[in-house]
Amino acid sequence: MNDSDNGGKRRYALYLGCTIPARVQQYEIASRKVAKALGLEFVDLSDFACCGYPIASLDARAARVLAARNLALAEKAGCDICALCTACTGSLTEAAHELANDPALLESINADLAAVGLRYTGGIKVRHLVRVLWEEIGRQEIEAAVVRRLNDVILAPHYGCHYLKPSEAHGDFENCEAPHTLDDLIRWTGARPLDYPRKLKCCGGGVLATDEKLALGISRQKLRDISQRGADAIALICPFCNIMYDTNQKKIETTFGLDLQVPVLFLPQVLGLAMGFEPRELATQMNRVQPKRLLEKISLK
Amino acid sequence: MATQPLAQIIAGDNRQSAAIDHGFALKVASRAGGRQMLRCFACGTCTAGCPVAEIDERYSPRRIIRMVLMGFKDEVLHSPFIWLCAGCYTCQERCPQGVHVAEVMRTLRNMAVEEGIVHPAFKAQAELIRRMGRIYEIEDFDNKKRTRAGLPELRKTLEDIKTLFERQKVNERLG
Repeated sequence: MNDSDNGGKRRYALYLGCTIPARVQQYEIASRKVAKALGLEFVDLSDFACCGYPIASLDARAARVLAARNLALAEKAGCDICALCTACTGSLTEAAHELANDPALLESINADLAAVGLRYTGGIKVRHLVRVLWEEIGRQEIEAAVVRRLNDVILAPHYGCHYLKPSEAHGDFENCEAPHTLDDLIRWTGARPLDYPRKLKCCGGGVLATDEKLALGISRQKLRDISQRGADAIALICPFCNIMYDTNQKKIETTFGLDLQVPVLFLPQVLGLAMGFEPRELATQMNRVQPKRLLEKISLK
Repeated sequence: MATQPLAQIIAGDNRQSAAIDHGFALKVASRAGGRQMLRCFACGTCTAGCPVAEIDERYSPRRIIRMVLMGFKDEVLHSPFIWLCAGCYTCQERCPQGVHVAEVMRTLRNMAVEEGIVHPAFKAQAELIRRMGRIYEIEDFDNKKRTRAGLPELRKTLEDIKTLFERQKVNERLG
């Protein structure tokens, strides 16, 4: 929709997905605080359900129906979607892109949606919160909101794959081989984004359910690269990536005999610290690996 | 030295025979995710950038696509490797021939399901979604925790997902 501006108000349907509200509430808490302080209004639609991603492997069309159901709910509420999970962002973006370009598919999916009293006509824009922050709030407003500059803090950006890819569906928002929006947001807080090998590699979360050791092996590579380069934390934007790097870090250490100790923060937590929120307000106590050195550097500990 | 059939060499197994389905490549290519697949010239860019192949070299998207093009339908659809794609799209973004590699993997999984081969991990998730509309159950405890944290409560079940699954016969397909 083109009127998400809605009389100067930046209003979005907040899409949480399944994982965040159940397993990584710190991301939701920090996102809501930071978004509100920056003038974004979130509308909660209690009917939002699964984005379709988990069943695309079994039945791609059924996955599109689930995605379209959420798009239809957003359309009914008159809001574009702001999502926090990159897998959800990808699934909904792919569906919106496909339905915009395939009228026959749209019609056939609407025949299913009619059974639950919904209809999607098109035009809903799906964006990840980080993209909304970068595109709609931008450098000037974010830098103006920074009251506690994260000077000397080094953060390793981790772009979730589906934040950027498939680029065809994301409308070439940025070059997926050389992305910069997350780096920019880190820079605007005064911190330094770390460049490191395997910066663009996947977290492995997509195979966690099918082959745990393989998934942990994939995550280990990046954690090792980052820990060797002395970042104060990883800054990421997806609950699955967080489960791999934060929740499973202890398991990775014991499985492969490593001592990693790489703290993991969500970008909104980083932004929130720079905007003057206290760590507790951003629920950093819920993160498994505590960012002690980072908090010391900004005199919070 | 006995010659091993090509299919077995490629599939990396010692099964006695490998039935060739000459129409298989076209069947895959005719589906949405299979577009451009016939253009693959086996350069290996997909496998070279694959985060899964970096850890487990038995996994090779190039080999899987080659096997599809050569018609090894049963080997491909029964292969555990089609379930190992992490879905990161690196291969797809880099393919010089424009093959939608990640979508080919997804299409092959869909086709395996249609043949009755369903990975149990995915099946369990599909059942949760049918029942509750989500992959994680929301209990009263979760909602209490959310309320304490100042977050809105979540619906525990979303009934219309069941209706949508029944209409599309999703569960019948999953067996």
